[in-house]
Amino acid sequence: MLIAAIVAILVTMFLALIRTFLGPTEYDRMLAANSFGTKTVLLIALGGYALSWNSYLDVALLYALLNFVGTIAVMRFFEYRSVTDERDGPESTP
Amino acid sequence: MTAILELLSGVCLLLGGVLCITGGVGLLRMPDFFSRVHAAGVTETLAAPLLLIGLLLQMELSLDSVKVVMILILVLSTNPTATHALTRATLHGGQQPLVFDDDESTGGEGTSKP
Repeated sequence: MLIAAIVAILVTMFLALIRTFLGPTEYDRMLAANSFGTKTVLLIALGGYALSWNSYLDVALLYALLNFVGTIAVMRFFEYRSVTDERDGPESTP
Repeated sequence: MTAILELLSGVCLLLGGVLCITGGVGLLRMPDFFSRVHAAGVTETLAAPLLLIGLLLQMELSLDSVKVVMILILVLSTNPTATHALTRATLHGGQQPLVFDDDESTGGEGTSKP
């Protein structure tokens, strides 16, 4: 069952990667990247247990934190940039 | 007792894996950004705890179990927050949800217009 879950996570990561490369807007790419990061946390946790690594859960914990902070930072940048665009002109969003 | 735990863990892992793939397919095939958020965010919030609970039921009780619970709480609290921030930034960025309307065609099966 652990192997089946790991394979499912890998398939999901592949699909999210396709959406990351394919996404029409930058928001789609960021959503897929966030999903990819969460799946990476799960993959480290399950795969580390299956391969009996040493301190994999610390790595997974740190990766979850970093993923959240990175997503929030990029979203804040997007929002800030769009606000300044609205002040300059309403039709200047790329 | 061990057999019951194994069975419960297997069910959790299988359900989590199925939800994972469902979210991935929805992320790839939905026509609009907001429906993609729905497909990815909602399933992710349920799939990650299911997979982690399945892992928790397999390992013996030690410090690692506490770490798994910490990851679970972290994922469960930060994931909806990140999705909320993402959607809010998208709405402020000028993206509109794709609405099928007869009066004004918004591009059919394409993405929503900014």
